[in-house]
Amino acid sequence: MFGSAIIVFRESLEAALLIGIIAAAARTLPDRNRWLWSGVGAGVAGALMVAALAGKIAEMADGMGQEMLNAAILGLAVTMLAWHNIWMARHAREMVDGARALVRDVADGRRELSAVMVLVAMAVLREGSETVLFLFSLASEGESTGQVLIGGALGLAGGAAVGYGMFAGLLRIPVRWFFSVTAALVLLLAAGMAGQMARFLIQGDILPPLANPLWDTSAWLSANSPAGTLLHVLAGYDPRPSAMQALFYLGTILAIALGMYLARAPSRRSAPA
Amino acid sequence: MKRLTFTLLCLPFAALAADPAEIPLAIKNHRFEPAEVHVPAGQKVKLVIHNQDSTPEEFESHELNREKVIPGGAKSAVFIGPLQPGKYPFFGEFNEATARGVVIAE
Repeated sequence: MFGSAIIVFRESLEAALLIGIIAAAARTLPDRNRWLWSGVGAGVAGALMVAALAGKIAEMADGMGQEMLNAAILGLAVTMLAWHNIWMARHAREMVDGARALVRDVADGRRELSAVMVLVAMAVLREGSETVLFLFSLASEGESTGQVLIGGALGLAGGAAVGYGMFAGLLRIPVRWFFSVTAALVLLLAAGMAGQMARFLIQGDILPPLANPLWDTSAWLSANSPAGTLLHVLAGYDPRPSAMQALFYLGTILAIALGMYLARAPSRRSAPA
Repeated sequence: MKRLTFTLLCLPFAALAADPAEIPLAIKNHRFEPAEVHVPAGQKVKLVIHNQDSTPEEFESHELNREKVIPGGAKSAVFIGPLQPGKYPFFGEFNEATARGVVIAE
């Protein structure tokens, strides 16, 4: 029971923190919760499907199906995070000014919310399929299904509590700083996921690692320490990254930052304060 | 930086090089066999993992920077390296107590 609680906690942490951050960042959007929960639902359904097809997926693309799928899921999530941040950059001023003002262009707001939904679905899908496989493996090993499910529920509750803590903490930030803080968090999330995507492509021999590792900080901050795990989830910390991962990481930061800079409405940028 | 340049220069040749060596690794009763995997240093290697249990296992290593789910009964591969000489522990995340091993690059 504790085994399943711990693993489910670890797996759900990443998705929960991402949802906490994105729920806070999208707080001014109408009907936000409905879209978020649709994303969670779609992600869970997808995770069950991927878990059921795990054997098939493993055989695809010359045994590299899993790497391709993970890279695709991460790539889509990075794209949605980029979309979100650039959209926010365009609207941040009116949101700060109008505090809770609703987005005026309804269709535009809906596009942003569907990006949020896809993003949440991808986060849940990625961690969820592994969790399902793990629980299934425990249950078929003789541990009673009830025990496995109770443990899983405890782990999930723990993960959700951390995600909610992140959400509640972010909402306490004064509105003046709020959008800068969430934008920075989303930027780091996106860069970290892009780095992970590179790692899967290297693991599947689709990209070369280049210099490997570029550096090694595992003696200072190991990936399995609590701080290392948190930093990994939030900012893609990797104690032994390859040069290709670092390129993906930096490239993503630069590309999104450039997009955010260009998206700021020019009239507002030059307007006197 | 020098190493990076060198690696970049070597890329076109690496693509032409022969397929990487295949090293077999089995999972049986939630243990890795062999638990010590010897691989040549400085070369890319294809670790071919055969999960002979009926339950899935996740091959994971922080040191090798790899993670991959191997479904029950499935055979799957993970590319590792080129590695510097040294020891690189790995484990099975779904059965961490028993499924442990180490890659030794030499």
